[in-house]
Amino acid sequence: MSEAYTPQELMVAVASREIRDGDLVFVGMRLPILAYAVARNAHAPSARGLFEVGLMRDQPAAGFLGTMGDPPNVAGALWATRMSNVMALMAQGHVDLGFIGGAEVDRFGNLNTSYIGDPAKPKVKLPGSGGGADIAILSRRWVTLMSHERRRLVEKVSFVTSPGHGDGTPGWRQRNGLVGGGPAAIITTLCVLRFPEQGGEAYLASVHRGHTVEEVRELTGWDLKVADHVADTPPPSGSELAAIRRFDPDGFWTRSA
Amino acid sequence: MAEAITRFVPDGSTVAMGTALEPLIPFAAGHEMIRQQRRDLELVGPISDALFDQLIGAGCVRRVTAAWVGNVSEGLGHCYRRACEQDIPRPLEVHDHTNFSISLALWAAAWNVPNLPTRTLLGSDILHTNPNLSVGFGLVHVGAVRPDVAVVHVQRADAMGRAHAWGPLGITEEAGLAADKVIVTCEELVDVDVTLSDPNRILFPETKVVAVVHEPGGAHPSPVQGYFKRDHGFYRDYAQQSRTVEGFAAWLKTWVLDVPDRTAYLKRVDTETLRIHHHQFSAPADFGDE
Repeated sequence: MSEAYTPQELMVAVASREIRDGDLVFVGMRLPILAYAVARNAHAPSARGLFEVGLMRDQPAAGFLGTMGDPPNVAGALWATRMSNVMALMAQGHVDLGFIGGAEVDRFGNLNTSYIGDPAKPKVKLPGSGGGADIAILSRRWVTLMSHERRRLVEKVSFVTSPGHGDGTPGWRQRNGLVGGGPAAIITTLCVLRFPEQGGEAYLASVHRGHTVEEVRELTGWDLKVADHVADTPPPSGSELAAIRRFDPDGFWTRSA
Repeated sequence: MAEAITRFVPDGSTVAMGTALEPLIPFAAGHEMIRQQRRDLELVGPISDALFDQLIGAGCVRRVTAAWVGNVSEGLGHCYRRACEQDIPRPLEVHDHTNFSISLALWAAAWNVPNLPTRTLLGSDILHTNPNLSVGFGLVHVGAVRPDVAVVHVQRADAMGRAHAWGPLGITEEAGLAADKVIVTCEELVDVDVTLSDPNRILFPETKVVAVVHEPGGAHPSPVQGYFKRDHGFYRDYAQQSRTVEGFAAWLKTWVLDVPDRTAYLKRVDTETLRIHHHQFSAPADFGDE
């Protein structure tokens, strides 16, 4: 298992392991599309994927996907429909796992994809929620993938687009009417952060090969809690890498800078 | 196309486009709005893949009411950023939504009610930046958004305005019902016998449709199920060129301002590589009645 892999390939493999067999997964875009394909070909053969564009699938698309609306994702779909029908399933609590991307995340898993700085005069205008906030509020649990940088893992996000565990106090989500369970993990280029079952603050659960706890803490914008026993993240297996490279043959998502 | 935009999309219009998210984006119609120098538009959509960014960069837009504006496979929308951060080429007002909430805003308008309640957006700061969202009785109330016109690209339509689209539909149906008027652009203009053979597939009541434009390739670089693949490289080139004001101006000149219409535009695109050749037809539905 000394085969070389990129940080993105590792993140995809780790994300795929979050998918349990039988899950209905709100797949989203980019790396999670690959994670779904990997899981479906390995430990989760009866998972189903849901896409906000208005699709449900079982088998991953046969061809490369630049977006969830590309023709290979529609051919062979279990359901092609309107977005509000897909959202109805999520509103009813039928989505077991969602994936959300983000520019900034804080220790309670709140995500910002809207504004850096004052929304009235932003330093950076990010693209916005898309379906992110919907997934964050309504799916049973969710996971985010992010490059591990101090400017991304911040003490406090400048804008909460997609709420995680709020202010971190017990029961914050229930008190505020958020029906889903919130963030379960933050998968980064260096490590995996997890949240306690009942919500609250992220802790360092495992570190990817070649990186250290000290390095992770140094590159995190808050005083990161560390599990009593930090595990080594299992690297991508040969079959996981083979699946990733089959669904991203040119490395569009996993091998470009 | 030029006539449809001139007649039905005047300055100041609220325009829903890109309602199927990544596929079926009416780029040809949007480019015609740029050529006609439309001003003060309010754009309404879910995730907008590059088209809103282009209209914003060209100075056509006063306000965006959308869940996401950027370039889906490449990331940020550079014109959107410049407008929000530096007022280039002009200030832009943003009413942020989620995909779910913009759908509800359009359904509210379609059903002629002031708002619809939902659990999405609870706990999100979007509640504080969008004046059309409010909280009461533990729910978010999403104010109606009523477009003056919805512009959609579909696989086929007849001259009476009956549009057939297939694949995922995003928020297309609620956008058409909410809008005062609908402009349909299509890959194929077909006989009424084709559309009426499958009335379940007709997207909108024909009473809403004010124009049908036969515009093959009118969605490039977005995909059209059964007709065209997505042109990923085109989105990448646009992302790179639009990084600077000068680069965007050059892109706009090449692909919009210097081409009189879609036919001329498509001569610059390798449409044969993008065209879908392996067809998978659905089984016909039997509408027999006696």
